[in-house]
Amino acid sequence: MFYRAHVLVEMTSSSVALGAAQVKEQLEREIARAGLGNEVKVLETGSFGAALPSPFVVVYPDNVIYAPVSVRDVRRIVEEHLLKGRVVRELLFAGERGGGVATFIPPSPLKKEKRVVLRNSGLIDPLNIEEYIARDGYLALAKVLTEMTPEEVIEVVKRSGLQGRGGAGFPTGLKWEFTRKAEGEEKYIVCNADEGEPGTFKDRLILEGDPHSVLEAMAIAGYAVGANQGYIYVRAEYPQSIRHLEVAIAQAKERGLLGERILGTSFSFDVKIRRGAGAYVCGEETALLESIEGKRGEPRVKPPYPPQKGLWGKPTVINNVETLANIPPIILNGPDWFRSIGTPTCPGTKVFTLTGNVNNLGLVEVPMGITLRELVFEIGGGIRGGHGLKLVQTGGPSGGTMTPDLLDVPMAFDTLPRYNSALGSGALTVIDDTHCIVDIVKNFAEFFLHESCGKCTPCRVGGKRIVDILERISAGAGSPEDLEKLRYLGQHMKATAFCGLGQAAPNPLLRCLEFFREEFEVHVREKCCPQGVCTMRPKPQPKKTVRV
Amino acid sequence: MAKTLREVAEKAQAVSLVTVTIDGREVRVPEGVTILEACRMEGIHVPTLCYLEGLSAWGGCRICMVEVEGQPNLVASCVTPVREGMKIWTSSKKVREARKTNLELLLSNHPLDCQLCDRNGSCELQELAYQFGVREIRFQGERKVYEVDQSSPSVKRDPNRCILCGRCVRTCREIQTVCAIDFANRGFDTVISPSLGLPLGESVCVNCGQCILACPTGALSEVSHVEMVWEAINDPEKFVILQTAPAIRVSIGEPFGLPPGTVTTGKMVAAFRRLGFDRVFDTNFAADLTIIEEGHEFIARLKQGGKLPLITSCSPGWIKFMEHFYPELMENVSTCKSPQQMFGAVAKTYYAQKLGIDPKDMVVVSIMPCTAKKFECQRDEMCASGFRDVDFSLTTREAARMLKEKGIDLKEMPEEDFDDPLGISTGAAAVFGATGGVMEAALRSVYEILTGKTLERLDFYSVRGMDGVKEATVDINGMEVHVAVAHGLGNARKVLDQVKAGRSKYHFIEIMACPGGCIGGGGQPIPTNLEIRMKRIEAIYQVDRSLPLRKSHENPAVQRLYEEFLGEPNGERAHHLLHTHYVPRERM
Amino acid sequence: MNTPFVYQDIEEILSRYEKEETPLLCILEDIQEKWGYLPRDVLGYVARRLGIPSSTVYGVATFYAFLEVRPVGKYVIRVCKSTPCHVRGATDVLEALKRELGIREGETTKDGKFTLEVTSCLGVCGVAPAMMVNDVTYGNLTEERIREILALYRE
Ligand SMILES: Cc1cc2nc3c(=O)[nH]c(=O)nc-3n(C[C@H](O)[C@H](O)[C@H](O)COP(=O)(O)O)c2cc1C
Ligand code: SF4
Ligand code: SF4
Ligand code: SF4
Ligand code: SF4
Ligand code: FES
Ligand code: FES
Ligand code: FES
Repeated sequence: MFYRAHVLVEMTSSSVALGAAQVKEQLEREIARAGLGNEVKVLETGSFGAALPSPFVVVYPDNVIYAPVSVRDVRRIVEEHLLKGRVVRELLFAGERGGGVATFIPPSPLKKEKRVVLRNSGLIDPLNIEEYIARDGYLALAKVLTEMTPEEVIEVVKRSGLQGRGGAGFPTGLKWEFTRKAEGEEKYIVCNADEGEPGTFKDRLILEGDPHSVLEAMAIAGYAVGANQGYIYVRAEYPQSIRHLEVAIAQAKERGLLGERILGTSFSFDVKIRRGAGAYVCGEETALLESIEGKRGEPRVKPPYPPQKGLWGKPTVINNVETLANIPPIILNGPDWFRSIGTPTCPGTKVFTLTGNVNNLGLVEVPMGITLRELVFEIGGGIRGGHGLKLVQTGGPSGGTMTPDLLDVPMAFDTLPRYNSALGSGALTVIDDTHCIVDIVKNFAEFFLHESCGKCTPCRVGGKRIVDILERISAGAGSPEDLEKLRYLGQHMKATAFCGLGQAAPNPLLRCLEFFREEFEVHVREKCCPQGVCTMRPKPQPKKTVRV
Repeated sequence: MAKTLREVAEKAQAVSLVTVTIDGREVRVPEGVTILEACRMEGIHVPTLCYLEGLSAWGGCRICMVEVEGQPNLVASCVTPVREGMKIWTSSKKVREARKTNLELLLSNHPLDCQLCDRNGSCELQELAYQFGVREIRFQGERKVYEVDQSSPSVKRDPNRCILCGRCVRTCREIQTVCAIDFANRGFDTVISPSLGLPLGESVCVNCGQCILACPTGALSEVSHVEMVWEAINDPEKFVILQTAPAIRVSIGEPFGLPPGTVTTGKMVAAFRRLGFDRVFDTNFAADLTIIEEGHEFIARLKQGGKLPLITSCSPGWIKFMEHFYPELMENVSTCKSPQQMFGAVAKTYYAQKLGIDPKDMVVVSIMPCTAKKFECQRDEMCASGFRDVDFSLTTREAARMLKEKGIDLKEMPEEDFDDPLGISTGAAAVFGATGGVMEAALRSVYEILTGKTLERLDFYSVRGMDGVKEATVDINGMEVHVAVAHGLGNARKVLDQVKAGRSKYHFIEIMACPGGCIGGGGQPIPTNLEIRMKRIEAIYQVDRSLPLRKSHENPAVQRLYEEFLGEPNGERAHHLLHTHYVPRERM
Repeated sequence: MNTPFVYQDIEEILSRYEKEETPLLCILEDIQEKWGYLPRDVLGYVARRLGIPSSTVYGVATFYAFLEVRPVGKYVIRVCKSTPCHVRGATDVLEALKRELGIREGETTKDGKFTLEVTSCLGVCGVAPAMMVNDVTYGNLTEERIREILALYRE
């Protein structure tokens, strides 16, 4: 059937949280009421990048973006735009209001943007495999299966210099090679979609907006290492991602792009979804495996590493969603193309999520090497309410703490560690100077306390004692020795914790103790909170006995 | 399962060596061993808490940290394999501080009232805190307060003293395959919890007490009968009889500083007499009795085509395990009560009559290496005489504590004999205390009864020792009798699964819940480890060899008991008093 | 909970995963979805059917924040307390919810409708502060919006 117009509604967890589903329903109702049911079709789309307030609606082929749209606005869009052909100016995306008609991609609304992993997000209907295929989807898989040996695939990925986007930045090609070379008949590909790092939601948007790119990449990885089964571990907080993945897997199987004898070759590959149940530590790769194995998500002893002994003891590749989404374009465009993006030592793009006290919240994909200043002040539109910048937490609480003096450091896996910081997942949590550093650090510490698996002493008890001391300080009962105790405990935890969670947990604490020394000291010396955030009043501790 | 040092040594023969430097000294160790194992092989001490030989490594306590040059963080030696060229420092400033801090952190969530604790004096946490010179807890904060779980008849859980090392969990899972307890909750709220969060007494726990032996702290201990026993002793109306199990005489010296494997029979009798018991008898007497009953049961099944294999029944931990996990084998299990219960039943009938005492005024106390015996003596079935066969059951540890309370030093005691007549026993009864012992004792008697010939070689070496499952074939009157012995419930499972699947060739199987048999029971002195178990076993066979009579059917007191009171083995009265029945229980 | 009807439902859930290896977590999630929490008897039943020790099943059920072994309200409200929400007023959101519902975190309203819990990042920090009510996410929360949302569930 031919439609004269398509209306794309942003359907992501955050837009649904803001009423996108109701907007879509209302659109369908109003379109039917206006008798346009045979002419205009409503479709769902993924996210569109930073700086677009959710939920947005795009009218295609007119390339008009309305954002944000509420249920109340729908009737006017239908009656004015769709029925009468007149753009509703007041509802246009603010960034484009002056120009009148918004331009749909390309060119992108953001100049610095470079879309590799988000190449399809917002452009295609994620629930329709044809649209993915129409944009060269599954071509990379076809190429790999018909023209390349597994070794050649690994070589291409190695030469591309792709590093894992899950946080650690481990070279993906090497990981695949280890797994290929590991002994064992059965091997597995696991996609890490647990995305628990506060401030990160890029994987969700990739899964919601372009699930096939991840499925295709998993199949390619399977071919490269000799695995026939993949698992995607998605956190329970992402029901929408799970829904899109389910549809995508079914469609891919229907077309022979997953399942037995893919594209008529001898290669078979299947993907199953496993849901998390609310545990950040399950993002740690071995805890994730434990969780798939139906156990408590406690990290395993390493070595052996997953490429040697992973899921059910079999060699396993674990890759982040964003890492995988890079694979099909690398196969199609070649490693040199990929190396031409980003920095020489850290090629490619990175998806950053802007959160906290910036004006424009959202996500953006840019080449590696961009500075924090560009991200926060250009793309993010600066600090909310005209306040000053206190710090930017990169990569979530376990990443790095970037203070205003570091705004011009290029953002890449290899640069930030020089400043005791880390790129991590690409989350950017901007914190303005109305906030109190004790309160912020306490919030980080509480996160780790809540998420500690409890296996090892330094994290289980040490993490608790850090929170205890910070609570004491913010209740006005801290002493100068407490600052030294915090530093000592932080370092102790880093040096002796069992897994990455406990080892990274003290990062923000240690960095802030140094940089915001004065503010901490005022709390313990003068028993006063300069920002007026801490209560400075001790609260009584209830004593209770628990039966276990 | 983790390797024992012996397996490590065996592996050393088979695999290549790597060179590592420990504390500046270059050494060659087998490839694949952990840093901790390498250190121990070289005689370098690294403290541990969550590591326990024989269990899988866990790596949670972070006490065994060492420094490896080139690594930014310290590494846990118990879970880190050595690599060629590794440079390891085991007591640098960084290492010592890290270990001490982790101890302090554990102690910051701990009651710190050692005086009120069961493990005061034998606690690894206390010992480490002393060794590390912990004099203050720098990191104070909220402490978890839990209810003490006293629901089980055998094992008391005090989560307040738990350091979450998981040794109990791994013991219960890997050695015993009962899986009665596991970690629950997470983070600072993590606890050890029985099945479904229920009290331990409502779980599948079989009361073996192996977790108590594994626990480094006072978080797990036996449910104490000490006060009740003192009360009975101090009550002039009560006639208090003591029986001591075969395994006690080779272990009770340990709490008094005697080396493991010291036989203390005579001193032990003297000591308990001074504690105030009216009679000091020997469970070994009842062990001989058990052999007569069980031997005849076996002969009857063999001759009349009864259910085979026959499986022994003297380990109450095993019995509960069977009731939970193998109820389909219930008919294979001998109906004989354990020696502890047989003793009680005889004491409150035959002996009470002999003495002219009203059995209601008689109190039977046992000293057992076993925590499951506390459960057993409270079972409904165990009062055939109309009275509880056994009133109170003390562990070796409790008994030693009572002696110390009264200021009795076992070492200084003279040698004395058990009282007559329930103190007379043979070497066959003595070996009950070690794995394979019941089988050996049974074979000695069954052979002679069936063949009418004298057995020349009494020692059945193939059923002795620490191998998990042992087997032997004995020619009796031209018939090949196949027997098997398993100790530790994980090993028992291997044999039982064969029986269940109909693939077993055995006629007779001995099962003991505890590794090593009762000498390794959950009520034994702490520490109890592989080395100590082997020394106690040696001592058991020493007792056997030293006795004039070494076959149960030659025990004159037992013979008299049949003549004067019981009648025939397996006869009506014997059956009423000395046999029992079992009940199927929830499986999970 | 002991009616055969319920066990038929559990059997139905178990049958979904017959071909899966180690499906315990999937099964617990599905059961929780159906009944809102994991009753002890049901955990015991699942343990028996899967041949997994019930202590292990309990350990798993109590590890994950989204699994509940105690009865909870019809609607479980999980307020995000992670930093991106925290710096955009998550504390006020939590306070407002406490006031509106008259309960503290970890508690359930007397009518059994709402349970209030705090949670870590929900992955919608772009619309912080945020919360989830069962499996629906709400963002850009203000006191007024909270009242509107609660009204949706109160009727
Ligand atoms: C506490 C902790 C949480 C983690 N969470 C995630 C996560 O949510 N998503 C992810 O992809 N990687 C996470 N990681 C990193 C993974 O362990 C692993 O390195 C990654 O999935 C590998 O994929 P990559 O090489 O493609 O990055 C986490 C690591 C730790 C220590
Ligand atoms: S550092 Fe230790 S307690 Fe913390 S999450 Fe890792 S293993 Fe668990
Ligand atoms: S467990 Fe050990 S340290 Fe703790 S109170 Fe008991 S004896 Fe003392
Ligand atoms: S007594 Fe035995 S069965 Fe019970 S919890 Fe301890 S080890 Fe497990
Ligand atoms: S009860 Fe004892 S053995 Fe078990 S975890 Fe606690 S301290 Fe360790
Ligand atoms: S003994 Fe090595 S971590 Fe506990
Ligand atoms: S079964 Fe308890 S000591 Fe043997
Ligand atoms: S921090 Fe609240 S949703 Fe991410």
